[in-house]
This record gives sequence, structure tokens and C-alpha cells, in this order.
Amino acid sequence: MSALLEARGLRLAFGGVKAADGIDLAVTAGEFLAIIGPNGAGKTTFINMATGYLRSQGGQILFDGAEITGRSPREIVRRGIARSFQLPQLFSEHTVEENAALAIAARDGIWSPFRPLLRPAWREEARDLLDRFGLLPAAALRADALNEGTRKLADIAMAVALRPRVLLMDEPTSGVAASEKMAVVETLARVLRSSGVTAVFVEHDMDVVERFADRVAVWAQGRIAALGSPAAVLADPEVQRNVIGIARPARATGGRAADA
Amino acid sequence: MRGLRRAEILIALLLAAAIVLAAFSTPWLRFVLTVALAKGVAVLGILLLLRAGQVSFGHALYVALGAYAVAFLAPRVPEAALLLPLAAVVAGLVGTVVGLFVSRYREIFFGMLNLALSMVFYSVLEKLYHITRGTDGIRVPAITVLGQPLEGSSYDWAVFAMALGLALLFGLLARAYLASPVGQALAAIKTRETRLDFMGVSPRRVLLSAYVLSAVMAGCAGAVIAMATRHVTPLLAYWTASGELVFIAVLGGAGGVLGPFLGAATFELVRVYAAATVADAWGMILGAVLLLVILFARGGLWGIVAARLGRRRAA
Amino acid sequence: MGEWFEQNGALLGLALLDGIASAALIFMVAVGLNLVFGVLRVLNVAHGSFFAIGGYMAASIGLLMTAVGLPPWASFAALLLAAVVTGAILGPLIERFLLRRVYAEESVLQLLVTFALFMILEDLQKIVWGVQPVSFGGPVALMGTVDVPFAGDVIPYNAYQVILLPVVALLTLGGLAWFLRRTLAGRVIVAVTLDREAATAMGIDAGRVFLLTFTFGAVLAALGGALSAPTASLVPGVGASTIVLSFAVVATAGLGQIEGAALTALMIGIGRSVAVTFEPELEVVVPYLIMVAVLLLRPQGLFGVPETRRI
Repeated sequence: MSALLEARGLRLAFGGVKAADGIDLAVTAGEFLAIIGPNGAGKTTFINMATGYLRSQGGQILFDGAEITGRSPREIVRRGIARSFQLPQLFSEHTVEENAALAIAARDGIWSPFRPLLRPAWREEARDLLDRFGLLPAAALRADALNEGTRKLADIAMAVALRPRVLLMDEPTSGVAASEKMAVVETLARVLRSSGVTAVFVEHDMDVVERFADRVAVWAQGRIAALGSPAAVLADPEVQRNVIGIARPARATGGRAADA
Repeated sequence: MRGLRRAEILIALLLAAAIVLAAFSTPWLRFVLTVALAKGVAVLGILLLLRAGQVSFGHALYVALGAYAVAFLAPRVPEAALLLPLAAVVAGLVGTVVGLFVSRYREIFFGMLNLALSMVFYSVLEKLYHITRGTDGIRVPAITVLGQPLEGSSYDWAVFAMALGLALLFGLLARAYLASPVGQALAAIKTRETRLDFMGVSPRRVLLSAYVLSAVMAGCAGAVIAMATRHVTPLLAYWTASGELVFIAVLGGAGGVLGPFLGAATFELVRVYAAATVADAWGMILGAVLLLVILFARGGLWGIVAARLGRRRAA
Repeated sequence: MGEWFEQNGALLGLALLDGIASAALIFMVAVGLNLVFGVLRVLNVAHGSFFAIGGYMAASIGLLMTAVGLPPWASFAALLLAAVVTGAILGPLIERFLLRRVYAEESVLQLLVTFALFMILEDLQKIVWGVQPVSFGGPVALMGTVDVPFAGDVIPYNAYQVILLPVVALLTLGGLAWFLRRTLAGRVIVAVTLDREAATAMGIDAGRVFLLTFTFGAVLAALGGALSAPTASLVPGVGASTIVLSFAVVATAGLGQIEGAALTALMIGIGRSVAVTFEPELEVVVPYLIMVAVLLLRPQGLFGVPETRRI
């Protein structure tokens, strides 16, 4: 199988801290790849580079065989790579339905200045999308009135509305109440599998990783320390000692927008 | 929300009828209301920018551009129906060029760059005496309206009708624009601009579209003011004129397209009575009222009206 | 070029001296604007009004001192007194009762609030001092002229503008840089500028820092105005042109830059006075041409550091 998204020798350092120190990673079409590792290892930085927010200092990123290194976020998203955020990035003064409709409009073209955003076709698609995420009851609420878990799902729903081929998710379950976590991921996995989206997600919860990832990449000090099936990687004593032992308590501290 | 939108149209029609009646019953009010409607159109442009969380302290630049376009072109093209679109085109072109520059900036930079550019334009108008006649300004020669050489009150009525027509046209246009995906993306600039980029939308282009539209509106307003007053001076571009537009926008409220017209009508009517008695302190009063509105009645006049309507509906 | 220089050398020298003098004044306003913005994150549109009021105040106090028969050198004290009175009264009043109410609001509202203040202060000046030009030439006459050698020529120029103004500006620059980098109070201010939450968490009283910074900025602007009073008559509208010009300096230099603001003020001051001398119609346009050109090439300003939008 060929790679849909591929990093070759990707490098980026902030001062002396190496967030990516020659990363080689190939994401296969249709798979769910989890990225785990301690805070500050460069996981979010990888997403930021792949989506054009940060410019790498060396190496290449290829999407579907074409180089996208150094392209703008807008260009990259139009090619089919969307992302969600660790801290949900919603339009806080719009309703959830309008947020979703804006994402749909962004995909289909916003330059129709005389037809309303909530036209029947987009409204229907937005409601359908929200329904699939279980967000329909919140459709008419303003985004700043939602609880963290709902915001998180709405954030991901907006990325899915763009109909990407690859979806990069930064800690999709952080902020979601522990009791709802599995249900949320269940929903998410079902939506993504049914629409054939390839997913890369940064995750700190090893239960989630174990259950939903096809493969796991372990990030440590800007390098990929291990890569393989969840069962194999999570059983590796080295990984257990160096990553899971660090990562589990780290989750409790939360964190800032920029992981790097 | 839907009910409010329908009520908005009803109120707009009532307001228009009231304005026409007032102009009929009191002839000198006709001039005041013509200027108020024109300013309302310019303020509508300010409202668009406010939706994006941006404020321009220099939009009088476009009002003056429209007005001077009329003054310069009238000797060659003495027909209102041609002068108005010409003024709109001039303001729109300049708005596009300036907009390409200022749409890269937000908040203070956006506000102050607009102010700086309008100050430059003001002093150009003032200093290039051999072209603009400096602070003396230029008289607008007699023009025809749809081929009719009108005089006296019939000319004034024609300009009044033009102002009312523009107000209705741009009011509906702004309403449709704000409800459209572009208009909604404009409001999204205020809350989460970077997300737009990650959805493949250029916030800069969205803001530019609003900016150009606002420049065209201000240009049309300036053209009507030039036709109504028959005299243009650099003061049209001075920062106090820009400040007035921002003032009216806040006074009227940015929540709906009726806000600018409620604000402009109130503003001009109060000015007629107050300016004579408190001419020296006029700016001070404006500033104080602006502070009061911001601190205590943020929705402005339209906010008060909308809240009342909402309460009646709920009751 | 050589021939042009021979004919216009003295004019050019004069323009340079004018430029240096006006740069010193612009710098006083711009550096305060910059400092206040850095700490409070509020761009005070009314900052130029402090300059204007400081100028009027200096003229009033100076004329009063002459009237009651104080010795001529007292007019220098009048300048300083005017700046302190203006800044120390208006600064705390505005910060405490107005700005403090809107720190938590969106920036467009903060801008509108200071703009409203600007409208009020501009009219206040007209009510207090009228619309006729006010002038106060004492200190300039007192200091006499000096001969400035320039390109083989000697240009007589008044000492007030060519010595006192630049010296005050340089002292301000040096003092401020020393204060912010070497003293505890200065470092507290810088800490608040860099990370307000962290500074507050460390126990720094942000409210006090805001109050002092804003007042200090107001005093600097008023001092600039007071110093300008002896060199040009005061007319309504000074506040407006001052705020726009000092904003141009801050934007061109880059937000948060002190030394950069000084260099930019010099560049813009000289650019403007050269224009006044050779192409008077361009006078007002030159500073903004410089600003626009710089911003097109370097959106963060000449000395600024690019800031990425946080996600």
C-alpha cells in the first residue's frame, strides 16, 4: 500500500529544542494512526507542519505523491488535509449549526453574497452532520455556551464537514469527561470509517489508543522511537517506561495550545 | 430571530414613511433628512466592518471622494443618474487599492491606517489649491436629474428621493450580504480568524469584500451630500467627519441594518437643535454620549428597539 | 549632484536641523504611546491630546509666570510644570475611571472608548484656550542661537531646538532604557508586557503598573507638547495630527521598540522637514509614505519581531 501522507526527514527546532529531528513517517490510506509521547515531544508540531501553520527547517511533506512542504494552510486544506484543535476553535458568536454550515460553505465556496448561509441544502447537510456526531440537540446553541466535550466534537465535526481525505486531530479526547470518552471516540470512529477518512491523532489516553488505532507512533524528543501495532508498541517495556509512564500523569496537567 | 427579521422590514417601511411625511410637513426637514439618509448609508459600511470586529477612523475619506467626484465631474457630466454611479466607481476603485493594503491589518492598525490615509487625503485637498481650491471648496454646478433640469424644491425632492432609494437599496443589500456565507465569515473574523484559514477561506479577501462595499456606500453617500449641499470642502474628509460616522454606528447599534438609519436620523435632528446652542462643545457632547452608549447601552438604539420587540413577542 | 548641493546645501542643512528638532518631539509622544500599548494593550487614540494640552498648559503657565514678574529662566520650569500637571491629573483620572472599565472588553470597544475621549479632549482645549493660535516664545529667545557647521557652511540655528530638544529626547531614551532594563520597577513593567497572566500570578499588582505606566506615558506626551510650545503656535487640531504622526512612528518602528522608535522618529522627522523645504505640498504625505512602504515590506515594522497568530 502506498502512503497518502508522508514525512521525509522532517526537521524543526525551537531554539535548542528539537521538535522534529529527521522524522520519516508514512500514513497509509484508510488507517488510523495514533501519535503518543510526552508533552513537548513535538507531536502537535508535526500537525502544525503538515497543515502549513509552521514551516519546517528541513525535509519534505508529501500528500498523495505531491510535495506540500511550505504551502499555506489554505492551500493544504483545499488539497484534502483538515485538522481539529486541542483547544476547540469555534466561531463563538455563531450557533453550532452555523459553525457547521460555515465549514460546508468553506468547502463549496463562500462567494455567493446574495444567498443566505443557512440555505436549505447546506442547512440539511449541517444538521445531518451534527446528527451523526450526536450534536443535533445543541444545534441552535451559541458555540460559547457549550461544555468542553461538546465543543471538542463540534470542532472535529467542522473539520469533517470539509470532506478531507486526511484528518489530523490534536488530542480529540482531552477535555472530554472520562465517562463520555469512549462513547465520543466510538462516534468519531464510526463517522470517520463510514466516510473513508484517514486519521492521524495525537492522544494521551492509552485505552483510546489501544482500542481505535491501527498503528501507533511513539514520539520522543523529535524522533519516532517506535512504530507498530498498538498491541506490540504498548507492550514494549521501553515504551512503557519512557512514554506511558510520563504521558499518563501529564494528561492531568492539561496544557497550552502549542505542545511544542 | 426570524420574527425579528420580519419585524425589521416592517419597521424599515414605517421609518421610511415617517421620513417622507416629515419631509412633506416641514420643508426644512427635507434637507436634514436627505443628509441623514446619506450618512446612514455611509454608516452602514462602518457597520459591516464592525461585524468583523474592525473599526475605521478614516471612512470620511470615501465620503469626500464621492463628493469631490461629483464636484469635479458635474461640469462635464451634469446628470445625477450618471454622477452617482461614477462616484460609486471612484470610491470603489480607491477602496479596492487601499483595501488590499489595510485588509492585512486588524484592530489598532486597521483603525489607525485608515485614519492616517484620510488625514493625507484631507491635507491633499487642502493644499492643492490650484486644483481643489483648498478650504474654500468647490461649488457644484446645476445638474439634471434623469434629463430634467429641476430647480428649487423639485430638485431638493429629487435628491431626497435618491437618498431614500439608496438607503433602501443598500439596506437590503447589506442585509443579504450579512446573512450570506461571506457575511457570516466576516463575523467569524471577529471571533476566530485563524480557523477560517484552516477551512480554506481567506479572511483577508472576506474583509476586503466588506471594505470595498463600505467604500462604495460611503462614496454614494458623499455624492448625495454633494448634490444636496451643492458645495464640497475638505472638511468632508476631516477626522471629525470619520468620527461622526463611527459615532452614529455605535449610537444606532451594530445589531441590524436599521441601526445606522435610526442613529443618523437621531444624530442629524439633535444636531439641528443642539449645534446652534452648544456649537463649541458639540464634539465633547458626542464623545460623552459615545462613552455612555458603550458603557451602558451597548446595543445602541436598534438594540433598545429590538429588545422591546423581543419582550412583546415573549409576553 | 555637486551643483545642486552647492545651491541647496544650506537649505538641506536647515532641513536636517528642523527634522532633528521635530523628531525629538515626535519621539516623546511615540515612546509613551508605545509603552502604554505594550503594558495596557490599549492604543490610546487620545494620547496626542496630552501633547496638545501639555503645550497649551505650558503657554498659559509661562505667560502667567511672566505676568507676575518671575525671572525669564522660570519659563523652563513652566514647561516641566505644565507636563507634570497635565499628565498627573489627566493620566490617573482616565486610567482609573475609564480604561479600567474596558480592559476585559474586545479591542474594538477599547479603541472606541479612547476615541470618544479624544473627541472630548479636543473640544475641551477649544473651550479652555479658544481657537486663536496661542504662542509662547520665551525659552527660544532666552537660549539664543548657535552656529552649526554644515558642509563647509555655517548655519545659525536656535539653540533651544538644536540642543535642548534633542538632549531631552536622548535623556528620555536613555533613562527609559535604563529604567526598563536595570531597575526592579522597570523589569516589573516589562514582565507585565511580556506575559500579563504570569506576572499577575507572581503577585505583581497589574492595576498599579497600569496606572503608573499610563500616567508616565501621559507625562511624556505632555512634556513633548510643552517643549513644542515655544517653537510653534498652538492651534486646534494639533492633537489629531500628533496622534496620527506618532502612530506612524510606532507602526514603522514596530510595536514595543524604544530605540527603534527613536531612529524612526528621526527618519520621519527629517523626511518631513526635507519635504517642507523642497516640496512643501508633500509635507503631510511623507511620513505616511514611509510608513506604508515599510509596512508593505515588513508588516511587523523595521525593528519589530514578527508575531504568529496563536491557535
